[in-house]
This record gives sequence, structure tokens and C-alpha cells, in this order.
Amino acid sequence: MKSLNSRIHLAVYIVFVLMASTSFLGAQTHLLNVSYDPTREFYEEYNRLFAQHWKATTGQDVIINQSHGGSGKQARAVIDGLEADVVTLALAYDIDAIAQNGGLLDKNWQSKFPDNSTPYTSTIVLLVRKGNPLGIHDWDDLIRPGIKVITPNPKTSGGARWNYLAAWGYALRKSGNNEQGARDYVKKLFANVPVLDSGARGATTTFVQRGVGDVLIAWENEALLALKEFGSDKFEIVVPSATILAEPPVAVVDSVARKHGTEKVAHAYLEYLYSPEAQELAAKYYYRPRLKSIADKYASVFHKVNTFTVEEGCGGWQNAQAKHFSDGGTFDQIYGK
Amino acid sequence: MLAYLTVIVLIPLTAILLHAARLGFAGFVRTVTAPRVMASYRVTLGSAAVAALFSGLFGMLLAWVLARYSFPGKRMVDALVDLPFALPTAVAGISLTALYAENGWIGRYLEPHGIHVAFTPAGIVMAMSFVGFPFVVRSVQPVLEDLDPAMEEAAASLGANVWQRFSRVIFPVALPALLTGTALAFARAAGEYGSVIFIAGNMPMKTEITALLIVTKLEEYDYSGAAAIAGAMLALSFAVMLMVNLLQWWVQRREGKRL
Repeated sequence: MKSLNSRIHLAVYIVFVLMASTSFLGAQTHLLNVSYDPTREFYEEYNRLFAQHWKATTGQDVIINQSHGGSGKQARAVIDGLEADVVTLALAYDIDAIAQNGGLLDKNWQSKFPDNSTPYTSTIVLLVRKGNPLGIHDWDDLIRPGIKVITPNPKTSGGARWNYLAAWGYALRKSGNNEQGARDYVKKLFANVPVLDSGARGATTTFVQRGVGDVLIAWENEALLALKEFGSDKFEIVVPSATILAEPPVAVVDSVARKHGTEKVAHAYLEYLYSPEAQELAAKYYYRPRLKSIADKYASVFHKVNTFTVEEGCGGWQNAQAKHFSDGGTFDQIYGK
Repeated sequence: MLAYLTVIVLIPLTAILLHAARLGFAGFVRTVTAPRVMASYRVTLGSAAVAALFSGLFGMLLAWVLARYSFPGKRMVDALVDLPFALPTAVAGISLTALYAENGWIGRYLEPHGIHVAFTPAGIVMAMSFVGFPFVVRSVQPVLEDLDPAMEEAAASLGANVWQRFSRVIFPVALPALLTGTALAFARAAGEYGSVIFIAGNMPMKTEITALLIVTKLEEYDYSGAAAIAGAMLALSFAVMLMVNLLQWWVQRREGKRL
């Protein structure tokens, strides 16, 4: 019995030594990309593309691991110690939070890559059932009595914050910058929301698979993916007259990369997102490419939209967060007494 | 044993209270008594109470059937009872929602009659009952199995009818275990997050459970607020558990006197 025990111990020990030595001796570099939910498929393919590119230019192997989840949750995981070399999240506010709460990266992170550190963009559109039986054409139709609108909870979902700000920005413009007008609009809008899912994917499921609701407010990439997955014979996309330009940003988590010695490859990993190859890949996964030539090539995929940015619509993320989504903000007031 | 309890239970609980303490007393009270938070206690504890009663009733019935009758597939049913213990709760939530949604297998027959389950408090009760009833079955079943049939036979021979045999002989013996099981089912239901979140609809003031508000606070990077609500929920749950334990103690004492 004793010899068996010691043999097991030896075996366990050997396994550990092997595991330890492979991770130390291996010439491979490991990179962890912490991202949000709908980017899963895109980054799986991009990682392969980048690994080839890195091998071709430097001769080094790089293995990229990815982690996905709700954007806010992912930011919290990084603050709490998940060692991400790079983060690619749904909104700038979440990376700001990492800079503020964790001090893991520079406060001016957003100026380190072109286009506000957002290599691809998306926008917020409306998904309705085929034939658009209720004649939903713009934001105003969503507050008609009896229309059921599906959108996730902006307190728990990054995507839902884009939805909310798109609606807010539209209403604000329509009422001639009268904030009360915008408040009334979102109040009526959320009175028509029967279910508040906690994440964007959950809301898509509620609308597409559970058959709840008449219209889904969604990321354009999520809506296009839903059309592809569930058939364009069941749903159609309605582009509202004005909507928000959603800019999901990327950043190197400086202190983690420094610790891992991966600063150079992490930087290259994000920079390569702006290359024609990567931009084409982004377009393939329904993210709007920044590069003009690729954007033109895929012009038929993306609807023409009239967009405003968070800065134009709401004065930036910090303002938007404080005003709308913090405790007691405009969203809480909708449900308050 | 005590060290084990300290590491597993007491230290995390202390951490919650320390986190919450950062708010100060006034801040703590304001956070845990905000209207939306109060509404969530009502939703959570109310649904958990209904679910626990439901679990108690049907758990008792199922335990009785499993203890007293033999039928083909009994082992199978016996094993199925444990399934909610093992199933990831998110799976339970997603399956229940799929069943009870407007276009679901069951929902499509209920909706025309105006019965809405998914995205209403009824859905919350449904999910909570699902995760709670095995506690009742597993608490009551061994007691019923140990109950000597001779006692019932004696009662029958003395002229007790079925109802009298149940209410005078079986029920008093099973009652302490039933209370334990129901209390556990309640505790589990009050703390449930994974399965409820999919079916609740999560509407503020109506179907928003307390656990979701805690997650919401975390999303706002408001760790202290989250800890405060967690602490309040802890206190409420503890109060309910204490009440049930006192009740159980009282029942046992009373039964002890009578026997």
C-alpha cells in the first residue's frame, strides 16, 4: 500500500515537473485576450491570422488564449487579477474602469492606437419579425402602445448601454436638445419592455428563440449574425433614421504585459487589427471596418446609417455612465416612483 | 471541524460585512432600504416562501410514494430526484424558460388561457421549486422508510381510517424532517440566481430578485453596495432559518411530551 502511494506521489510529481518545464522552456509566447461576448468567433479566427503573421515576421510562435463574457464582468475580472495582456471590450468605460480601479494601464490608453483605439465599429439597429407586421421604421414606433421591445438591462450589459444611448441620443436630437423630451422618450420606451435580460446574447435568445417581443434593439453584428443563423426568412433589419456609432475599444494592459514580458507582441497583436487582412476578417464577422478600401468592398453588407458618437450624443462615456447608468441615474429614474 | 467552518463559512461572511462597513451606517441603511431593493426582497423571499411550501407539499408526497410503494422504474425516479442537485442551475433556467415561453412546449397551451409563467413571478416560483424540492424528498424519505409499518397497522386495527393514520401517526413523525427539508428548500430558493435569472424577466420592482441587484451593483463597480445588499439578504435569510429552527425545536419538544 505504501509503495503504491509513493509511486502515485512520484507520478504526480513527474507530471508537475513536466508541466512546469514545458511552460518555462517553451519558446512560445502566451498572450491572453480578455474580450466580451459576441467577439468570440471573430477573435478565434483573428488569433490564427495573427499567429501566422507573427511567425512570418519574427520567427516566434505565439499562442493566444481568449476569454469571453459580459464586458463589465470581464473588466472586473481583470481588476480582480485575471492576467490579461490585452483587453478588447464593448465600451471604453469598462477599460477606463480598469485604469481607475486597478491602475493596470495608463489613463490615456485610448490615444495609443488609431481611431480612439477602436479598430472596428458597429452600430445599433432594430430587428423585427419578417414582413415587419407592425410597421416599425424608426425609434418613434417603439413607443407606440402595445409594441413589445426587447433590450437587455443597461446596468448589467455593455451592449444595452449602447442601445440606451442610441435611443437617448435620437430623442434628444428630435426634441431639439430638450433633455425632458429624451427622458419622456426612454420612459415610454422601457414601459414597452416586457423582459430585461442581463446580457445582449440573452436578449437575442429571448427575441429569436423564445419568440417574445415585436422588435429587438441590437448590435448590428449581432442582428446580422441572427439573420445568418436563423434565416432571413424569419427576421429583417430596420435601420433607424439616426443611431449611435458603437466603438468597442482595445488596449494593452501595460502592467500585466510588462510582468509577462509580452509588451511588444501585445502591442503588435492590437496594431495588426488595423491591417487590411484583419479588417477584412472583421467585416466578415459583421464588424464595420475602419479601413476605407475594405469598408467600400463590404458596402453591400452594411446598411447606410446616419450615426452620432457617444461624445456627440452624450458627452463621452464618463458623463454617460454618471448621468444614465449610475445609482439613481436616468435609467433608475424610469423605474423609480 | 471548527477551523474548517471558519475557513469555509465565517471568513467569507466577515469579508462581506467588512466590505459593507465601508458605507457607514447611514449609507448602509440607505442602500439596503432603497425602494427597488425592498421590492426585490419581497419578490425573492415571497417567491422562495411559495416555492418552499410547494416543495414541501409535493416533496412529501413524492417521498411517501418512494418510501411506501414499489413500481417499475422506481430506482429511476429515485435517481431523478437528485438531478436538480447536479444540474448546473443555468441549464435548469434555460430549459424551464424554453418550456414556458409563449412558443414553448407547455407555454403555448397556457398562453391562450391567459396563464403566463415565463417572465412573471410564477416563473420564479417554478424555477425555485425545481431546485428546492429534492431537499424535502431527501429529508423526509429516510424517516418514512424507517417508520415501522406495524405502527400504522396497529392504528388501523384500532379503527383509524386512512386520513387518521396519516394525520395522527405518520405526519407527526415526519414533521421535523419535513420542516428541515422545507427550510433547506427555502434557503436554496432565496439564494438561487442561475436558474431564476433566465425565467424571471428581471423587471425592476416586479420580477427582479435580490441576487440580480447584487450583480448589478458589482457591474457598477460598487463593491460596498453589493456587499451591503448581500449582508441584508444574509440577515433576512438567517432570521427565517432561525424561525424555522425554533419551530422545529418546539414541534420536537411537543411531540416528545406527547409520546
